[in-house]
Parts: sequence; structure tokens; C-alpha cells
Amino acid sequence: MYPVTELIKNLADRHGRERRNLLPILQGVVEQEKYLSEYSMIEIARELDLPASEVYGTATFYSFLEYKKMGKYIIRICKTITCSMKGKNQIIKTIEDMLKINVGETTPDGNFSLLQTNCLGFCHKAPAMLINYEVYTDLTPEKVREILTNYINKKGREE
Amino acid sequence: MPSPAYLLKRVDFIFKDEKDWKEILKNSINRPAHELINELISSELKGRGGAGFPTGLKWKLTAEVDDSIKYVICNADEGEPGTFKDREILSKVPLKVLTSMAVCGHVIGSKEGYIYLRGEYFFLQPELNKSIREFKDYCNEINFDFTIRIFMGSGAYICGEETALFESMEGKRGEPRNKPPFPSTYGYMGKPTVINNVETLAHCYTIFEYGSKRFYDLGVQYSRGSKLFSVSGDTPKPGIYELELGMSLVDFVDEFGDGDTKAVQVGGASGFLVPRKGFRETTIGFQGKLTGISLPTGGSMMLFNSSRSMYNVLDNYLEFFREESCGQCTPCRVGCQQLLNGIKAVKRGEKNALYLNKLMRLTETMQYTAKCGLGQSVANSFSAIVENFREEMIY
Repeated sequence: MYPVTELIKNLADRHGRERRNLLPILQGVVEQEKYLSEYSMIEIARELDLPASEVYGTATFYSFLEYKKMGKYIIRICKTITCSMKGKNQIIKTIEDMLKINVGETTPDGNFSLLQTNCLGFCHKAPAMLINYEVYTDLTPEKVREILTNYINKKGREE
Repeated sequence: MPSPAYLLKRVDFIFKDEKDWKEILKNSINRPAHELINELISSELKGRGGAGFPTGLKWKLTAEVDDSIKYVICNADEGEPGTFKDREILSKVPLKVLTSMAVCGHVIGSKEGYIYLRGEYFFLQPELNKSIREFKDYCNEINFDFTIRIFMGSGAYICGEETALFESMEGKRGEPRNKPPFPSTYGYMGKPTVINNVETLAHCYTIFEYGSKRFYDLGVQYSRGSKLFSVSGDTPKPGIYELELGMSLVDFVDEFGDGDTKAVQVGGASGFLVPRKGFRETTIGFQGKLTGISLPTGGSMMLFNSSRSMYNVLDNYLEFFREESCGQCTPCRVGCQQLLNGIKAVKRGEKNALYLNKLMRLTETMQYTAKCGLGQSVANSFSAIVENFREEMIY
């Protein structure tokens, strides 16, 4: 883990400082920080010599570039038609009950955020979700409880 | 026994092994560009992302432009609801795609290729990078100068639109450009660019391997070759199937339906909804003279049975479009919002049923005035659902 200013500098060194390198840099910050703070966006603008509004405008266009503080694990439930038909509401209810948060919220310990997202491309194995970059398919309430329990235990072991 | 003409014909080209890729690459780059272009043109391969532009012509147009810098881009921003074939290609036969990209580089005179991979498929990256390194090593070995890199998307459906994809790669909001100029003259970084769907490139490999005739012999007039179909929804066998183009929808439903299919969504949310009464007269392929009702698809085939409310289906589509509209042009940005608000108001009884006709007129306006395919195509499923399932919209 680098402090964010150093991270941004490293990313710019690696990818370049042209406008076309903006997305990989934004992605790199989100990978470590889980979101783009106002401070990071201003720093990126400074590093690439761009107006901060351009960086903000670009970052907020993309649904995976969060600009609000997110948990360590971001759960994204697919809500598009097939997943919706195959019971994604039950999955969301299960997670909400387990983590005691609603869609759009983060657990008070900062470990989990729960979001909905558009088609993940696993319609033949619906319902599907992402936890960070990990995909889980053919979900049932039981299966989701098991997956989340594993994450919670993993989190416990790390601490 | 000769198989009756109406049966679905399974094909196995795309996922056939890729072990001969080195040979195919070497042979192809030793052939003159015009020969390869003619091979593609006579195969009549059309783009497999959904729009169906003739691939050979695309390469030809870009090859003819005089510029020292050109790009080859593989569009792997597979975001259309109900489509999941490109991921399967990239994880099972990535070298076919890379080979075709390099051959395209040879044909048009480009040394740089990019795979624009959607953010949702981040997990494909390590394996894909391994294949890219293996590929690059071989290119070095045979002294062929072509470099492929991955460019990651970040969760925006609209970036599958080719010009929005360029904008995104240039570090901007993924807002589609006006066309013309087309990518063949003004693409990524304003340079001549060939942009092909993952599956299109996989088919090119087949054509380079076996020649155009093997490909051309499959399918029907205007719709040659085979195509991957992503089958989902109310079906006992969801999954990915390679089938000959030109099949009748009724045969498709016989094969994949659960016996109670009420409607099929062909081509994802932006595609066409066909109610049961239309199954018999609809074929799957590109529209041409004398083809009757022929519907193109990027591969998405979603089946709905009679337990599904078509109101809920349309509500889900419209919410999708409202969120994924890039917002730059008013017909699409406001249109999608108003359509969704409108059907909700009718359902709640706040507006009477005639209001649906007004909404239909709005989709017509969007069809004519929206800047890109997203806003233009909302009318397709909207009018089909409202016309054929009006009762479900109101009660």
C-alpha cells in the first residue's frame, strides 16, 4: 500500500501522462483505494496536467470507478433481466439480512459494500454476482450465505 | 437419412482446437493483403457483434487509407443483456483471436492491436496476458512486428459502440461520435482503425484455416456461416451453441424452449422481441432482399415462458437503458427516463391506456433522432411488447 499521491505518481510513470492513459490510472487508484476521492482526482489532474473537472467527468461516467468510499469487498449483484427472473431479489434479501445493510450501503466496519450492477454476462448461470473481481454464479440463498461466511472468516483471519 | 431442412444445424468451428495457430499465422502473413481481403469478401462474413457490417470490406477500406499509423482493435466489451459468448472464446481459444488480429495488422499495415476488455471480465486478464506473451514470442521468432495489449473497460455498456470505445480508450467519457467519419479513416486517436468483435475474429481464423468456401457453404443467402448463440432465460439447456445462420425461430424454440415459450428476445435488450405467433415466420440472420422477416443478433437469445410478466421485462430493459444511456443526446437521455416513468404511470393507473400510444410515438422520435444505436434501438422491444402484450402493460 502506497500513500495515494505516491501511487498516482507511480501509475503515471508506468502508464504515461497523456490523456489516453487516464483510464488505467483511475483504475489503478480504484484497485488499491476501492474508490476515487476528490483528493485523488485532483492529484491525478495535477499529475496529467488536465482540468480537474475533466478527470471528474470521466471518472464518474464509469460505473466501476466508484467515487464514494467503498468497503474492502464490493458485492455487485446483477439485476438485468435473466438474473432478475431467476431470483436476484432473494439473493439481495439474503445478503441484506446477513450484513445488516441495504443496497447502496457499506457495513460499519468498512468491509462490505452492496451494489447492483447491469448484465455481468452470466445469464446462462443466473443469478450471478461479483465480489471485487471474483465471479459467483448459479446463486441460491444457501450458496450466498456460504460464500459470504467464507469472506467474513477470511477477513477475521487477516486481522 | 437426409436431415430435414428445418432441423437446427450444430457446427463446431469456433471452439475447435487452435493448435495450428503458428502455421496459420505464418502462412497468412506470407500471402498478399489483397488475397486475404478477397478471401474474407468471398466468405461473406459479416460482423458478429450484431450490426453485421461485411468484415472483408471493413479491412479493405482501412487498408486503402494511406497512413503510417493504424490500429487493430478487438471489441470485447460484451455488454448486451443475454450475451456471453465472447468471454468463452477469449478463455477457450484466445490464440485464434490474436492470430486474426495480427493477420489484420498485416493486411491493413498496422503494428499495434488492442483488446478492449469489459471491466466485468477483469478475471480473464491473467490467462489472456499469458496467451498474449506466448503470441508475442512467436511473432518475434518469425520477425513479425505486431504488439497486442489489453485495455480494460470500467463498466459502461455504451463503450461497446465502436466510437464510444475509441473515446474511452482515449481517456474520455464513453460518448459515441457522429458518423461519418467512420473508423476506417478516423478511429482510435483519429487514426484509421479496424474494430472487430471477438467472434468475428474467431471466424476469420476459420476462414484462414480452411478457406472461404467452407464458411460460405454454411448458412443461407445474405447470412453465411455459423454463429455462436448465447441461450438463456426459461430454457432447460442454457449455454453457448454454434449454429448455422438462417434457422427458423420455431425450430429454435422447439430445441431450446421449455414447452411453454411465450416470447423470445432476439439480440438482447436492444434487439427484437418476437411473440409466439411470430415464431414460424421469423428466421435468424441478416436482413436482405427476399428474406422475409429475418432478425440479426449478436448472439443473445432469451426465452420467456408464460409465467413471466412482459411488463416486468420491459421495465427491466428500460431501467437498463436509462442507466446505460451516455446522456449526451437529449432524445436518448430524456427519452429513456420518460418511457420508464410512463409505463410505471400506466401500470399504477395514473395515466390511461392511450398514453402508451404517446410513448410509442416517443420511441419513434428516438429512433430518428438519437445519435447512436442505443437510443435508436429502444423502439424495437418497446413497440413489440406494447403491441403484443398490451393487457399486461395496463392490468
